[in-house]
Amino acid sequence: MILVNNRDKLDWRAGMTVRDILSMMGYSYKLITVTVNGTLVPKEEHDTFAVPDGAEVTVFHLSHGG
Amino acid sequence: MIFARNVPGMTEVLKRATVGIAGCGGLGSNAAMLLTRAGVGRLVLVDFDKVEESNLNRQYFFRSDIGAPKVSALAAHLRAINPTVMLDLHETMLSRETAAATFAECDILIEAFDRAEAKEWLIEAWCASHPDRPIIGASGIGGYGRSEVMTVRQAGNIHMIGDGISDMVMGLCAARVMLAAALQANKAIELLMQKSEGRP
Repeated sequence: MILVNNRDKLDWRAGMTVRDILSMMGYSYKLITVTVNGTLVPKEEHDTFAVPDGAEVTVFHLSHGG
Repeated sequence: MIFARNVPGMTEVLKRATVGIAGCGGLGSNAAMLLTRAGVGRLVLVDFDKVEESNLNRQYFFRSDIGAPKVSALAAHLRAINPTVMLDLHETMLSRETAAATFAECDILIEAFDRAEAKEWLIEAWCASHPDRPIIGASGIGGYGRSEVMTVRQAGNIHMIGDGISDMVMGLCAARVMLAAALQANKAIELLMQKSEGRP
């Protein structure tokens, strides 16, 4: 089981990547920050980083304005 | 005594703290003002830009600042509040490569950029160089009203303020931008106090 944004639960499967989770969640935002168990996963690793079972995944969408 | 009405114990802790502020626009200038009033001893301020009239709808500047570098104009305002605040001023365009060294001595970094692309690389760069130190970003501060959807989310050492959705294409309103800046400053103070008390 993967917990996304402390709210949504996804079934875990072996080899599941950050990209898979973003896709399953329907997130299409281009500019995001993703953490797995509190550690940032750099953007270039989203396609390859294997998310462990039981992980807590947080996705921050980054929008313009400051 | 400027800090006579501070929360007991806060002044001594914040005086020893250094907070970095990446960008001195709507978020950064207001967060810097709030942290100075709170008693943070040292701020590292970075911005490449100059004050424009269109900044005055939300940023901590005045008509007489127009045309001046944001970091020096802001420094004058902060020193007018507390002459003893130590300020490291960098009138420069930050990059992924320079961010780590620029903020090397900071206990906490406040991400106060305008562009989402810059927010993204700054958070990545900070987490890579200083994974044990907090970064407080903001995303989703556009429009007005909807105070109830302004949240403070955390994952590890990343803290994110805002509604996570709204964008500056909606326009930016001082009340909502300052609300986000105040939440960033408040979180920074909270984290500094927690650290001083040995709390995680």
